[in-house]
Amino acid sequence: MSSVAEEVHHDDDHHDHHHTPGIKRWLYTTNHKDIGTLYLWFAFIMFLVGGAMAMVIRAELFQPGMQIVEPNFFNQMTTVHGLVMVFGAVMPAFTGLANWMVPMMIGAPDMALPRMNNWSFWILPFAFLILLSSLFLEGGGPNFGWTFYAPLSTTFSNDSTALFVFSVHIMGASSIMGAINVIVTIMNMRAPGMTYMKMPMFVWTWFITAFLLIAVMPVLAGAVTMVLTDKFFGTSFFNAAGGGDPVMFQHIFWFFGHPEVYIMILPAFGIISHIVPAFARKPLFGYASMVYATASIALLSFIVWAHHMFTTGMPVVAELFFMIATMLISVPTGVKVFNWVATMWRGAMTFEVPMLFALAFIVLFTIGGLSGLMLAITPVDFQYHDTYFVVAHFHYVLVTGAIFSIMAAAYYWLPKWTGKMFDIKLAQWHFWCSLISVNLLFFPMHFVGLAGMPRRIPDYALQFADFNKWISLGGFAFGLSQLIFLALLIKACRKKGDSVPARVWEGAEGLEWEVPSPAPYHTFETPPVIK
Amino acid sequence: MDKQSQHKKVVTKLLFVVVGMFGFGFALVPLYDVFCDLTGINGKTSNVAATYESVVIDESRLITVEFITRVNTGMPWEFYTETKKVKVHPGQLQQVDFYAKNPASRDIVGQAVPSVSPGPAAIYLNKTECFCFEQQPLKAGEETLMPMRFYVDPQIPADITYFTLSYTLYDVSEQAVAMN
Ligand SMILES: [Cu+2]
Repeated sequence: MSSVAEEVHHDDDHHDHHHTPGIKRWLYTTNHKDIGTLYLWFAFIMFLVGGAMAMVIRAELFQPGMQIVEPNFFNQMTTVHGLVMVFGAVMPAFTGLANWMVPMMIGAPDMALPRMNNWSFWILPFAFLILLSSLFLEGGGPNFGWTFYAPLSTTFSNDSTALFVFSVHIMGASSIMGAINVIVTIMNMRAPGMTYMKMPMFVWTWFITAFLLIAVMPVLAGAVTMVLTDKFFGTSFFNAAGGGDPVMFQHIFWFFGHPEVYIMILPAFGIISHIVPAFARKPLFGYASMVYATASIALLSFIVWAHHMFTTGMPVVAELFFMIATMLISVPTGVKVFNWVATMWRGAMTFEVPMLFALAFIVLFTIGGLSGLMLAITPVDFQYHDTYFVVAHFHYVLVTGAIFSIMAAAYYWLPKWTGKMFDIKLAQWHFWCSLISVNLLFFPMHFVGLAGMPRRIPDYALQFADFNKWISLGGFAFGLSQLIFLALLIKACRKKGDSVPARVWEGAEGLEWEVPSPAPYHTFETPPVIK
Repeated sequence: MDKQSQHKKVVTKLLFVVVGMFGFGFALVPLYDVFCDLTGINGKTSNVAATYESVVIDESRLITVEFITRVNTGMPWEFYTETKKVKVHPGQLQQVDFYAKNPASRDIVGQAVPSVSPGPAAIYLNKTECFCFEQQPLKAGEETLMPMRFYVDPQIPADITYFTLSYTLYDVSEQAVAMN
């Protein structure tokens, strides 16, 4: 044991000098905790930027008719809102959490490839600088939806598409590097005795997510490259006149796109699997089944992509196949929800803020899952396709799913990061305001969607006016609620509040709670002993 | 083995996956075409001329073939056929003429792209001659009659009694210039 420990220690030759002062500390840092913090702040800023765009969208949709923005600018808002939230907020937030927590959870001193870690973060701000600056160019930024369907992104787009493509390439490179780092860390850096089936669920879910990332981000890179060459270099991948096929774009895009939605939710499943046992004071029910469920969701995610394309005129056999495969995913997902509920069953539950967010996640994510199941049914999808019902569905799984889990994680581990308890009153305000407003924002979208209101259109028929007013009010309230979170985070970073013990939450289990709070700059330089 | 070389081993493998998946994205393009050619599920017809040799005409059946013509957005040509639909026996050779006129004041090269609906009928449509096999250059004001000859494969499943062949005409002048 001790010889292994020394070896690991000896090889760890990339120590940062503790706290190089000023900006250089952050620019050159290779410390997983620093990089985690950078990712998390970046994600939060992008969340506010993408949120501001959502506010523009909701302001325009507050009333029928055209009030505030031009239709072309509205389309740019829906497009860039989607891109910023997916690639700028949710994915970097999860990567930030992985940076902070994975090494601590497996008893490793740092990520396996610290220098690459620095790179994978620092190219991200440039990607988004490029994307966001394209909005200010003549003719505007991308306006073809975050899914950039050809021929909208080829024949009918403007020259800023080149910037869009370039920025997506950088985002892809960043997440691929991040994923490689996570995999290498988990495979090679686990403390002695930490077998795969002893790894915490957050580590497991990220391990599987990282494989999804390296499998599909290159396909996305291929898709944007084809758009680029079709648009600027005269190829005809998606141009029917030259022998290509625009429907093929959708196949390639969604081959990436569906696994992508699991990239954005599997780490969330991991987080919830930590928080629920901690506040129910019972070990996670069905650990092994959680691992297998995660793996089967990931595998199934590769054979369901065409459920986004039911209305493209596929043959019935294909529609049946994709319908059934999609519905099959609800089985492992159901296993997970069952396990969380079973963990709480007869537990000694308390309702601290992380637990509140986790419980809201379970209920609201399940609503999003159920509307997803409705969308999976081919014949009815013809009615729901491209309506606000779809918007309601994916915002339930991404906002009250992924983002609520990130907030739950932030509250759960923030005291470990700062060493101080966050402002609980503010946190409770943040939770309740968010919970109420988010449902006011997204629930009525189901109704207007079923009634036929199309998505991505800046104007709508009069009969949708009342619902849209409420939706917009919910949207503004949800946006404002996040400022409470901002205030809380600023307060937390200034280390205000009561000091907390190493095990911040009495029911919390895992190696991260063995190290002092705040977590020292270097942890587990000597690997811990795993029982 | 020390940690660094252990890391290197895993990274190398993962990089192979990344490069492989990038290639796979592009491999999807020919795969998609092959898959659609084999199954005919997206209604694409073959773009090489079929031969009409020792085909047995099945007089017991009649298939209705309907024709639709349209021009892509921004393409100024007139493009239509007087034959809206024909009834043919499987195996019977049939000719349909399509009329095209370029009313614009510039020369334009057109390319017609065929599509069959329902898709599964596509592989049973054999064209021995089609204007869609090549590009159609028309000078400003020029008009032309373009023949298309086809027969329906007698192997066509019994449940297909009616299908539509649609042609969309694209302006490919720019690409045509680039190629010459
Ligand atoms: Cu999907």
